[in-house]
Amino acid sequence: MFNPMAFVDNLYYMGFGMLSIFIVIGLIMLSTVILNKVTAKKDDDMEDDD
Amino acid sequence: MDILIGNLFKLEWQQVVMWLIGGVLIYLAIKKDMEPTLLLPIGFGAILVNLPLSGAIDQVINGKIEHGALSTLFNAGIANELFPLILFIGIGAMIDFGPLLANPKLMMFGAAAQFGIFFTLCAASMFFKINDAASIAVIGAADGPTSIVVAQKLNSNYIGAIMIAAYSYMALVPIIQPPIIRLLTTKKERRIRMVYKQKSASKLTRILFPIIITVITGLVAPSAVSLVGFLMFGNLIRECGVLNSLSDTAQKVLANLITIFLGITIASQMQADQFLKKETLMILGLGLFAFIFDTAGGVIFAKIINLFLKEKINPMIGAAGISAFPMSGRVVHKMGLSEDRQNFLLMHSMGVNVSGQIASVIAGGLILNFFM
Repeated sequence: MFNPMAFVDNLYYMGFGMLSIFIVIGLIMLSTVILNKVTAKKDDDMEDDD
Repeated sequence: MDILIGNLFKLEWQQVVMWLIGGVLIYLAIKKDMEPTLLLPIGFGAILVNLPLSGAIDQVINGKIEHGALSTLFNAGIANELFPLILFIGIGAMIDFGPLLANPKLMMFGAAAQFGIFFTLCAASMFFKINDAASIAVIGAADGPTSIVVAQKLNSNYIGAIMIAAYSYMALVPIIQPPIIRLLTTKKERRIRMVYKQKSASKLTRILFPIIITVITGLVAPSAVSLVGFLMFGNLIRECGVLNSLSDTAQKVLANLITIFLGITIASQMQADQFLKKETLMILGLGLFAFIFDTAGGVIFAKIINLFLKEKINPMIGAAGISAFPMSGRVVHKMGLSEDRQNFLLMHSMGVNVSGQIASVIAGGLILNFFM
């Protein structure tokens, strides 16, 4: 069942999939940068508690 | 005499071919040290299930189903995705997200290196039904448990071949990636040195990171929440600091125990009549295609980013985003050293490598979102 048109039909999933991955990873990246900034000071307190 | 040799006459040549395939897998595992923890059980299992009327798998004898141990294990651990998910707890406990947390920008390379999955989806859809094409594409996740879960959830008919391709190519990363990387980079680019600034993430960041990833991924791709959740649960056990004994068990005993059963249970899907088809060869080819385009996606993305940077990055680290943790990160590091003895890329490549692990799970989740 060789169907060359299926390649073209599914290009939508390729574009949407890659865009979605970049958005999700971008969100995770942003959260990590914020986490690093917010928790940098609190870390000393946590280690003191230990 | 008939009782002794009767079963021998039921042997078919296709089953003998499967013994040879099993033998090759065992040879590769022992002599070439290629993913021995999986290829050896799979190889042995391939022989076990291809004996005539093998009692290891379900057989219909005189109209009655005689249950086999491997078929029972398959239903108990793979059909419901339990084994790969439990294995993910062990993998999560093994991963140190430190280099990634110290340099979060590296995450983008993990995303770019999933290109092969989606490109392969388009290519495979020309030959297979969309649920099978999507399952085959996820071989490019370079991550066994994700491939198993996606293929199982999408009811793919080719789970055995997909597993063999996924694990074989993961073992072949040191052979597949270097020529692609060399083809896409100049010697000058491969010699770019990257300074590693020693920054350690706070303990609170390390604890909150797996929780945040689970929440974000779960909101976007709910079908993948079990995959990412189990991976991050393992990492939380590692990082919380109060469950060292559990972390140790997850990394070693639990992961080993599941791996033993996973390999031999997957082999239950390697019965000659299901495996020896032209589609199996096509799946092996498409799996390789996915690995090649994952690698190319990561490297080319790094080269594009370099156009806008003053302090250039070594584009080879993009290739580590393929996942295949930790082989891919090591391959890039070794290639850097072979070009310049003073070029230490390990921390950067490992950061990209673990981001590839996260991105590949997200890609698997998106594929499930699209086609389930």
